[in-house]
Amino acid sequence: MRGSFSRLFAGTISAAMFAAVSLAQGQAQTTVKIGIINSYSGFVAQAADEMQKGMDLYVKLHEKDLPPDVKIEIIKRDDTSNPEVGKRLAQELITQNQVQVLTGVILSPVAAAVAPLTAEAKVPFVITNAAGVSIPRMSPYVVRTSFTLWQECFPIGKWAAEQGWKTAYTEVSDFIPGHDSEAAFIKGFTDSGGKILDSVRYPMQNPDFVPFVQRVKDAKPDVAFLWVPAQTQATAMMNAVRDLGLRDAGIHIVSAQDLLPDEELPRMGDTPLGLITAGNYSTAGDRPANKAFLAAWKAEYGDQSIPDFFSVGGWDGMAAIFDLTKATKGKFTGDEAMAFLSHWKNPDSPRGPIEIDPNTRDIVQNIYIREVKRVDGKLANVEIATIPLVKDPWKELNPPK
Amino acid sequence: MGGTLAAILSIGFHGLAFAMVLYLISVGLSVTMGLMGFVNLAHGVFAMLGGYVMTGLMNRYGVPFLAALALAAIATALVSIPLERLLYRRFYGGEELDQVLLTMGLIFMSVAGATYLWGPLTQHMEPPHWLAGQVDLGFRSFPAYRSFLILCGGLLVIALWLGLERTRFGAQIRAAVDNLRMAQSVGINTSRLFMLTFALGSGLAGLGGGLGADLLAITPSYALQYLVYFIIVVAVGGLGSIRGPFFAALFIGIADTAFKYWLPGLGAFFIYALTMVLLLWRPQGLFGRA
Repeated sequence: MRGSFSRLFAGTISAAMFAAVSLAQGQAQTTVKIGIINSYSGFVAQAADEMQKGMDLYVKLHEKDLPPDVKIEIIKRDDTSNPEVGKRLAQELITQNQVQVLTGVILSPVAAAVAPLTAEAKVPFVITNAAGVSIPRMSPYVVRTSFTLWQECFPIGKWAAEQGWKTAYTEVSDFIPGHDSEAAFIKGFTDSGGKILDSVRYPMQNPDFVPFVQRVKDAKPDVAFLWVPAQTQATAMMNAVRDLGLRDAGIHIVSAQDLLPDEELPRMGDTPLGLITAGNYSTAGDRPANKAFLAAWKAEYGDQSIPDFFSVGGWDGMAAIFDLTKATKGKFTGDEAMAFLSHWKNPDSPRGPIEIDPNTRDIVQNIYIREVKRVDGKLANVEIATIPLVKDPWKELNPPK
Repeated sequence: MGGTLAAILSIGFHGLAFAMVLYLISVGLSVTMGLMGFVNLAHGVFAMLGGYVMTGLMNRYGVPFLAALALAAIATALVSIPLERLLYRRFYGGEELDQVLLTMGLIFMSVAGATYLWGPLTQHMEPPHWLAGQVDLGFRSFPAYRSFLILCGGLLVIALWLGLERTRFGAQIRAAVDNLRMAQSVGINTSRLFMLTFALGSGLAGLGGGLGADLLAITPSYALQYLVYFIIVVAVGGLGSIRGPFFAALFIGIADTAFKYWLPGLGAFFIYALTMVLLLWRPQGLFGRA
């Protein structure tokens, strides 16, 4: 009896001491918990790797700039490129890990599965890629630092019509961003007087694009708009374009930047030379901030590693979260965070000036028309025209009801 | 009309090249499944390994294309031997569910292992300069690399057929597929035969993975991503035959390409529907024994 009493007593004392110690630490140090949901495995693992490297690099270079008593804790989770898994991970991060900010996400279907949870839990969700145009409307706690396909494909549609090209053929992957890019290109092209011959959607993971590209070749349009998710699908598409001699047949090709990601360009041979795409970032961008970013990237990941638009989306997303942490000294509610994030600006991102539109919580940024040219013996997406500070056109055309 | 003919020719040609890659990878699976009754879903892992070895040798060490290809096939065959001795053989004649669980597990381990060793980036395969560009056949020119694929596929079919029909080793395999117990009782060392056949099948997969790297991109999730294609070829072709998977691969490769061309909206669905119809009609596959 006495033994159990003294054990209880000792237990009480140590619990009280522990509480006192953690209270003291709490005063000295604030920890901001950040949950990253990313597709480290699955069919977009390559894009996920690019984005993660961008985030990690930002954290590494800027952790020292945080206020001295503020720390960040990053919890990474793999959604395996599967929306159901992403949703479950978001639940765990919010309820068990009690993260204050959610970020990451490559795939729009994953982001669409996670977004409603953030509205319930009032947790800010900084999307660093997933470009599905309507996702920020699914939750008032979503803010996006990447792009929408309407931002890129609407201008390229207009640009194609301005080249005097009268007829177009569109082919896209059959999921959210493919549908967005198709609609945006068609709107941009037909508004400027162009005519669409046909529109085709192929499966999301397609091994050989020859049958689809052959259709374009038969239809003989002035211009083909081809959208595929970046990386393996992009290279497979360019192989089909090469094997069928689509460009020798006199058919122009335009797309969003996903068709010619900077890190895949060296794998595509000479086929892409002269191709025109619209995008928000190219490693060939001639800006001091981009030069500094590239130098830091090469120092961290080696000379062979090439960043792309996924990396810059991740980098800028982390920049927004860091700025929030600095401005609030690491103490914020979901609503305070959103008040800050939806007015966040960065005049000097590697991709140029960017800002969040407070009305839509989507990014406003320069869209560059880029042409593939040979620079120092290597292919590069060289920016040939800049459309300054583009707001997402879809949200302007479809105001909330 | 000339345009339509050209399109049909182009679809046939590209479908054929695709079919050859499918055949090379799947034929080993068909033989090992027919011979040992082993459901090896992880067969694609060997194709992926061949792809990694070949692209690695070419890109990192500048090994010429043909040498890298041969080394890829040999390396894959060698790697498969200890796996067969240590893992697979314990499950011969066991429950199919156990075999499926084992090999699915191997697939997931291969995804993680490949990501760890080579990273998540796609391995690029640059065809050698003598296979870049087009070959002119007089009436029409075709991409050289795909023509090479078709040629390789054709040669291998003949070599395999001759090997199986005309050699002692082939006769032993046929005997073991037909009647395992009888083969054992006439003194065929089936354990050794299994090992060699498994290594041969894996080596062929490695060869197919390397040759087809331009078409089926080499990524860590390779074995999972293309599994359906390999399984369809084997199921439609029938187990344990060399001819079966060949015709099945031709059928899948060309039908898939053609349907995607004619009916792009539904095209990706058609080969699954056709496979179902075919299997309802002949559950044992085109050339499988009832």
